[in-house]
Amino acid sequence: MMDRLKNWFSSDSSRGLTLIGLPFGFSLLLLAAPMLLIFFLGFWTQDYLVLYRSFSLDNYIEAWTEPMYRDLMLRSLGISAAVTLATVMLAYPMAYFISFHGGNRKALWLFLVTIPFWTSYLLRVFLWKVILGYNGVLNSALDWLGVIEEPLTFILYNANAVIITLTHAWAPFAILPIYVALEKIDRSYLEAATDLGDGPLKSFLRITLPLSMTGVVGAALIIFIPTIGDYVTPKLVGGKDGLMIANMIQVQFMKANNAPLGASLAVSAMGIVTMISLVFLALNRRWLRKRGS
Amino acid sequence: MNSNKKTLKVFAYSYLIFLYAPVLLLPIFAFNDSTIISFPLNSFTFKWFAGLTQETYLQESLKNSLFVAISTSILSTCLGILASRASARYEFFGKKSILSFLILPLFLPEIIIGVALLVVLMQLGLSLSLWTVILGHTLVCTPFSIAILNSAFANMDMSLEEASLDLGETRFGTFKRVILPMVSPGLIASFLICFTISLDEFIIAFFLTGTETTLPVYIWGQLRFPAKLPGVMALGFLMLLLSLILLLLVEFFRRRMNRATDDQANVQFGNLFKT
Amino acid sequence: MTEKLNTDSKKNIVELNGVVKHFGEIVALDGVSAQIREGEFFSLLGPSGCGKTTLLRLIAGFEQPTKGNIIIDGFQMRGVEANERPTNMVFQSYAIFPHLNVEENVGYGLKRLNLGKDETARRVNEMLNLVDLDNYNKRPAHALSGGQRQRVALARSLIMKPKVLLLDEPLSSLDKNLREQMQVELRHLQRNVGITFIFVTHDQEEALTMSDRTAVMFEGQIVQIATPQEIYSRPKSKRVASFIGVMNFIEGQLLKDGDQNTTVDAGILGNVKVNPDQMPIPLNSGPVTIGIRPEMLTLLFEGQDRIEFEISGVILESAYFGDMTYYTVQVTGLESPLTISMRNTAGRRVLEDGESARVGWGAESLVILKKSEL
Repeated sequence: MMDRLKNWFSSDSSRGLTLIGLPFGFSLLLLAAPMLLIFFLGFWTQDYLVLYRSFSLDNYIEAWTEPMYRDLMLRSLGISAAVTLATVMLAYPMAYFISFHGGNRKALWLFLVTIPFWTSYLLRVFLWKVILGYNGVLNSALDWLGVIEEPLTFILYNANAVIITLTHAWAPFAILPIYVALEKIDRSYLEAATDLGDGPLKSFLRITLPLSMTGVVGAALIIFIPTIGDYVTPKLVGGKDGLMIANMIQVQFMKANNAPLGASLAVSAMGIVTMISLVFLALNRRWLRKRGS
Repeated sequence: MNSNKKTLKVFAYSYLIFLYAPVLLLPIFAFNDSTIISFPLNSFTFKWFAGLTQETYLQESLKNSLFVAISTSILSTCLGILASRASARYEFFGKKSILSFLILPLFLPEIIIGVALLVVLMQLGLSLSLWTVILGHTLVCTPFSIAILNSAFANMDMSLEEASLDLGETRFGTFKRVILPMVSPGLIASFLICFTISLDEFIIAFFLTGTETTLPVYIWGQLRFPAKLPGVMALGFLMLLLSLILLLLVEFFRRRMNRATDDQANVQFGNLFKT
Repeated sequence: MTEKLNTDSKKNIVELNGVVKHFGEIVALDGVSAQIREGEFFSLLGPSGCGKTTLLRLIAGFEQPTKGNIIIDGFQMRGVEANERPTNMVFQSYAIFPHLNVEENVGYGLKRLNLGKDETARRVNEMLNLVDLDNYNKRPAHALSGGQRQRVALARSLIMKPKVLLLDEPLSSLDKNLREQMQVELRHLQRNVGITFIFVTHDQEEALTMSDRTAVMFEGQIVQIATPQEIYSRPKSKRVASFIGVMNFIEGQLLKDGDQNTTVDAGILGNVKVNPDQMPIPLNSGPVTIGIRPEMLTLLFEGQDRIEFEISGVILESAYFGDMTYYTVQVTGLESPLTISMRNTAGRRVLEDGESARVGWGAESLVILKKSEL
């Protein structure tokens, strides 16, 4: 018996568990515990600074039925969807260009594409505010060039500004996965297609696009899921009409002193996003299977 | 096909301009002698940079950020070493689940992490400080450290470890004399990446900081004041330069790491043919 | 450290008693027992997957046996870690530390002994001299050729003065000429240093050239331990016989008439009286497999007298190897052709395909083996 115990202690299994014990414990403490707390918090209620730990569905009901929160949730989903769509649609031709027409300079192109994103995210959002502002760079430049007489107002302090800013911010996260997927496509497939009479558009639709779908899906998920929870961009450039759920969550936790409501909003948001992503993945898998490979 | 290629090229360059537009503003307006960020430009000036040296609060925040970033990179890298070594070398119960859990922070929105940690800390009655920020940052940076170090540990030849043990060295001695030197390029890459992420991170710091702020939180505060904007431009430009240097360093060490493991493979392969 | 068990173990430096090793479902070693004598050059020979490397690693301490035990220098090795054993290993890949130079590699194990800079340097130089790498001290690891790496690995292990040196196919990655040269050098080195070597290889030529004794392993078991001559001329089974060199096999019948007269009916080869030592394993009357080595068969030329055991055949093909020629000869009455090797002595001509041939042999060159499927 002692032998078995001694054997186990010097075994691979015990050594591995010992090593990973510290990081795992750290994560349990700082990730699992807080997440659980947030989850349960949604079922409690808070009155000013007092927390009532009795089970209640009030907050979740409020989060889902109150028009203000519902609209905010829908708007956040809408903005995330719009950002995902716009980013992927713009990123795809860029990734295609680098992969198929990049020649020897592919690495250089990729490097160039990522440099802008080594500035602070905060600063970049701020710079968009500066660009899109009433007296901002874009308006003053267009005015100076004589293109417009009145400054454009639809580009700042609303959802449009949020979408533009985030489409910029997520660009490399879309370009890179799509590029990787495009690189993996064996060029001889395309040569064969051309050989068999397909024009460039057809061979793209029938071969390139389906084969690069994994990259597109990856990009879409990387963008969609975290965008829901973005705080900085809506706050800086969203004005009133561009605020998103994260801003409300922050308000509930800070000013409004209603942490449980904030928690229920957060959990609901994550839940909805996860559901949508799973549905998206399932649909995509079926679409790919139908097309055959 | 050529016209397609041409339109694609035009698109690519236009897109590139779109990507660089905000960033290019930094050098342009950092040196522009005007408090308003708009065209047309005024004369060239260094005064905004000079002004930065007067901002004591900025320097405080910078020091705090450096302290947080260095602490975070050390902690994250240490945790990353433990996790990667366990992952690369040993099999144990629940390995896959534990590792998936460790990299989970990569997939969670930072606001949720920030808020959750805040709630826990409040419940525990702990006060907010730079240390709480360090904890939050470490949570978020460790997955990156694991990602980098995992390949470094996995590529290490196990017979080197066995040889060291065979020659009488203890496990810890083997770790110190053989394993650590061999993964050192990965270690440095991990330090640099975690450092960069922490330096730049805003939301978690925003939620978890006490009276001492970090640089991003400081900048956030500055954004309310139009007069401070050119100074922010100057600061941003400096930060861009710093990030570029760090990025180049990471790339340099990543290549060193690949070359080191390639060397091992090359020598063994070459032995099949050489004398 | 446990107590020394008994003084008889002094002669045997390594004892393996019923060693079994399981890796999950896989049985790598299925009850291995052997005694290896102090100062021997002992080899473990077998095809890939036979368990020889596993056995070596068990002796080194990198794994623990599932059942059975290992005794080194009279001490039980159960629960003893690799870094506490009086063994050192030369790995197949040499495992030279790439971030250290030659002298740092060679002196690696001395660091814990705290000998001081001068003594360490002296011993390192002594070792480098022993393996012919004088003045290579500061050479970085990546600048070494395969042969040089092997010498560094040897020096690094020998400097620790182990009771047993374990070598895991150390010559397999070298080209032919270098390999043959190293075989000779290793042998000299072992004689010189006097340490027991346990050498793992799948190359039977190598094992036979270098060893004092060889253990042939198949599928996790040792089937024969003997000197090279014995293994070659008196293999215990058909499988061992075919693994070592080339052997011709003929089916026959063994007739035991009391203890004195044992004859074997070798079919076309006639009835031959055999000595007990021609049977590595005692067998009873009944069907047996008869083995005869190619060099024990000879081709008789025109003019040579008829000998006692001779039959006729036809040359099917020949293979010229410089010093030897191997003939494949179809003999009337035997289904499979025989392989015969002849030394290309001066004046001896090479027979042509299709030529008729006289095949001769001596009765004492037969080996009687148990009949088996293999």
